[in-house]
Amino acid sequence: MQSLKGQRMKLKNLEPTNNSKKIYFTFDDKKYFGYLGDTLASALLRNGVKIIGRSFKYHRPRGVLTAGSEEPNALVSILRNGQINPNIKATEVELYDNLISTSQNRWPSLKFDFLRINDFLSPFLGAGFYYKTFMWPKSFWEKLYEPVIRSAAGLGKLSPVADNSVYEKAFAFCDVLIIGAGPAGLLAAKTAAITGIQVILADEDFVGGGRLNSETFKIDGQECSQWAQNELLKLREMPNVRVMTRTTILGVYDGGTYSALEKVGEYSSEAIDHLPDSIFWRIVSKKTVLCSGSIERPIVFKNNDRPGIMMASAVRTFLNRFGVIPGKKIIVFGNNDDARRTVFDLQSKGVEVIAYVDSRDKVEKIKNTRCFANSVIVNTNGPMTLSAVTIRTGNTITKLKCDCLAISGGWNPSIHLTSHMNNKPIWNETINCFLSRPRAVPNMEVAGSANGVFSTKMAMTSGVFRAREILKELGVKFQNIRVPETENEDYNCEPLWQVDGKGRAWLDFQNDVTVKDLKQSQKENMTSVEHMKRYTTQGMATDQGKNSNVNAIGVMAELTGQTISLTGTTTFRPPFSPVAIGALGAGGDGKRFAPIRKTTSHNFNEERGSPNIEAGLWMRPNWFPKQGELHWRESCDREVNMVRNFVGICDVSTLGKIDVQGPDSAILLDFVYTNKISSLMLGKIRYGLMLREDGHVMDDGTCARIGQQHYIITTTTAAAGQVIRHLEFVLQVLRPDIDAQVISVTEQWAQFAIAGPKARKLVDKICEQEISNAQMPFMSFLEVNVGEVAARLFRISFSGEHAYEISVAASYGDAMMRLLVSEAELLEGGPYGMEALNVLRIEKGFITHAEIDGRATAQDIGMKKMINEGKDCIGQVSSLRPGLVDLEREQLVGIKPINKEDVILAGAHVYPVDKNPKRINDQGHITSVCYSPTLNTSIALALIKNGHKRHGETLKMVDHLRNSEILVELTSPIFFDSTGSRVRG
Amino acid sequence: MRIICPICGERDLREFHYEGSSKLIDRPDAGAGLAAFHDYVYIRDNIAGINEELWSHEYGCRGWLLVSRDTNTHEIMSTELARDAKFKRSENET
Repeated sequence: MQSLKGQRMKLKNLEPTNNSKKIYFTFDDKKYFGYLGDTLASALLRNGVKIIGRSFKYHRPRGVLTAGSEEPNALVSILRNGQINPNIKATEVELYDNLISTSQNRWPSLKFDFLRINDFLSPFLGAGFYYKTFMWPKSFWEKLYEPVIRSAAGLGKLSPVADNSVYEKAFAFCDVLIIGAGPAGLLAAKTAAITGIQVILADEDFVGGGRLNSETFKIDGQECSQWAQNELLKLREMPNVRVMTRTTILGVYDGGTYSALEKVGEYSSEAIDHLPDSIFWRIVSKKTVLCSGSIERPIVFKNNDRPGIMMASAVRTFLNRFGVIPGKKIIVFGNNDDARRTVFDLQSKGVEVIAYVDSRDKVEKIKNTRCFANSVIVNTNGPMTLSAVTIRTGNTITKLKCDCLAISGGWNPSIHLTSHMNNKPIWNETINCFLSRPRAVPNMEVAGSANGVFSTKMAMTSGVFRAREILKELGVKFQNIRVPETENEDYNCEPLWQVDGKGRAWLDFQNDVTVKDLKQSQKENMTSVEHMKRYTTQGMATDQGKNSNVNAIGVMAELTGQTISLTGTTTFRPPFSPVAIGALGAGGDGKRFAPIRKTTSHNFNEERGSPNIEAGLWMRPNWFPKQGELHWRESCDREVNMVRNFVGICDVSTLGKIDVQGPDSAILLDFVYTNKISSLMLGKIRYGLMLREDGHVMDDGTCARIGQQHYIITTTTAAAGQVIRHLEFVLQVLRPDIDAQVISVTEQWAQFAIAGPKARKLVDKICEQEISNAQMPFMSFLEVNVGEVAARLFRISFSGEHAYEISVAASYGDAMMRLLVSEAELLEGGPYGMEALNVLRIEKGFITHAEIDGRATAQDIGMKKMINEGKDCIGQVSSLRPGLVDLEREQLVGIKPINKEDVILAGAHVYPVDKNPKRINDQGHITSVCYSPTLNTSIALALIKNGHKRHGETLKMVDHLRNSEILVELTSPIFFDSTGSRVRG
Repeated sequence: MRIICPICGERDLREFHYEGSSKLIDRPDAGAGLAAFHDYVYIRDNIAGINEELWSHEYGCRGWLLVSRDTNTHEIMSTELARDAKFKRSENET
């Protein structure tokens, strides 16, 4: 570790010039300083902090390796809004004042980590170790091995509290999306933008410009970073261009859809109270130019993972962009001319470069730096941070002291997004990297170094060229663009994947995968790159092997003696960078996940203290407790008795209501209902049954003819959506010749049941019209007025009592509920809830979707006669399939306990008394149960084999889960008023 | 995925409900018998390539669409209102 004092003095002239506000942050409870415009990584290095975390498996000390989103090592936890966010790349975090960060995966401290012992046990912890070692005894895995391994391995810890970040979602549309605002992206954006079409330019960094911020050459005589900012400014000023920085394109989907995460307040110096932490974007573009640049690859050698070892490109970034010198005695090691450039950049800032090591044969001398041509680095020394390296030139070994080693193994184009639609990249032998196949993603071109064009001038030219290609396809006239004068040199890379030798050489820093692991996996016959990946976990960490996969493939090719082309590559999948689940679900969290639907009587129900029950998205009152009632059953029983003896009011608005109009309405209804509707007279109502085309019951409900060509049909609450979709399907797909229209009016009408012997008295009182049995018999309809409010009155019953349902425009729902209840209370009645509604219908054997569960036929529920064989209807033919008319099928019956005190349980199965209660003897199951206060016993509906013919038989009900076994009797499903005299009275 | 609704224009996949093969358009006559309905309800080709499908613009105009889609690439070749397709088929029959 360097002394902070010395470091600070040396950096005095290198502070960022454009943004020099000093800010403070903490790392592991220690306070440090940085500048606005720093990343957390550059600020830590500025303070001489070299060890940032411990590695995943071996707990080796790790420092900053890169300066971008590919960072595998410098992962930290950030405390923000009382919440710990783990595994955040310090290289991506924009420093803000009072940022609080901690290191990860170390105990008790970063400097002394107890589990470093794993590093010394490493001969035993290689690839496949867990698979082989912890196999026996089997039961130990879950209780012992897994918890221990999980606590030892891993990175950051999840926050124990729910994610309180504010995520938002947004949509954007454009003609052209440019991904990456480096040299190629800026020129591609400019080419598209000056034509006037809609352009989005997205870049993951908080400053656009890409590598131009990290290099020192000139563009048209300007500093390249300044040139980039000027170009961005011009683009931002164009009304047809949207420049989105801090925006990572995460994935590519069909039809030109891209997912993106924009960091707004998160890890930003510009957090503003009312803005979200991040925005999950769905961007739809007609055409796209991928200008994602490239990622420098390391060279693999023994002990190449020490803090102080850094990518050469990162060293230039820290030096040129942030004014941070990552060491005092630096050595540069590479196989290409970009490595040399690093030496010159450092020298120009007065930093001592002790040695330049190049694996190529011919290397020009560099003034003031010892040059090693045809040489490699074979080892490094610690113990914690880098203290020395060993250089091998032929048979000569040179050991040099240093505190920073910059490595450059060449560039890998960032083609991740081109793989998202299943196309694998191809190896290019000439420039030694994987490139995207042409149009691997439809309507996407790849430009710049992402397409293997590495000089700045050529990358810019490529940006212009690829943008023109897509403009042509869009039919847009393009204007000529001058490509500015700038650096235009080949970086002359000669491939070098690994330096051979004994000892551990790291490939995947984040998952601690070494060359040794690859050798082991190859020895064990993992010859496919996909098998190698899964056996060694190479590239399976959160960085997806961004800087290690190509090296791993290179090493694997050397091990197998195959070419890289034949070795192949694994598939990159979305997301490009890790993204919080909360961001993906933006807009669908908490109550926004499933919105609540309230009936118009909701406030009334709440005032009466009624507990809600969910019915789909609807909230419905379960019962209405009266003072002194301690148990829900007391309330429920009272409400049932109230309906049977006086009158009850129930909000039934949640049932689906569909308005059917048009000259051919009756033809439509005949076609979707099993029974005939066309014979229904005006002002009459009929019960109807709908089948699916496969012959099973879809839904049941009522159909009222309220005009010559006008019907109102009802559906169950559960099937309301399914039925309207079905009707639209029939009208648009099967029978567009039918001249009829359907529309859901469920929410437009509030509807209330008025049920009980005193129902007519109540209805007669509130309606302007006279309501008599003769004028309004069972199953009839009448338009009425309640005061000045128009209402629809249906005489239908779901309770078996004399009952009506009255329907008013939803805006009158609350008033109507209050009126009906106050009138009912004058008649010893009142409101009733879902529990009582359920008891009333079970006592009468009326079905719900507990019975018509998608497997039941009309015959099963005793409604075979409702299928009119004289006409075609949906499901009619299929309902006659042999399997559906089999008399051994489970059929609807009633069930009573033999012992009146016994309780029947829903979901329990029924068996012959003398048989073992096993599946093979199963006779069917209980669908609905209740305690009937009318019969003073538990009753149930059930689907029982050949049940229609078995009334009176005694069986046993067994519930294996709740340990209950009782004797029951099969009965008719109608327990009460089997002649239906009450409903007609 | 993006689907061009003939009524609403190009919309995101999530506005649509996928029903299944366009075979559902050609419902047999009532007298066609059980075998014909069995084929209509259950038998589907498993196409790798251009598939004709029924989609509903459920969270839009609620129009039923006949969509021609490449199951290999998810590319949408064409869309039209199922109503129009059905009328065309009826005309061809007569």
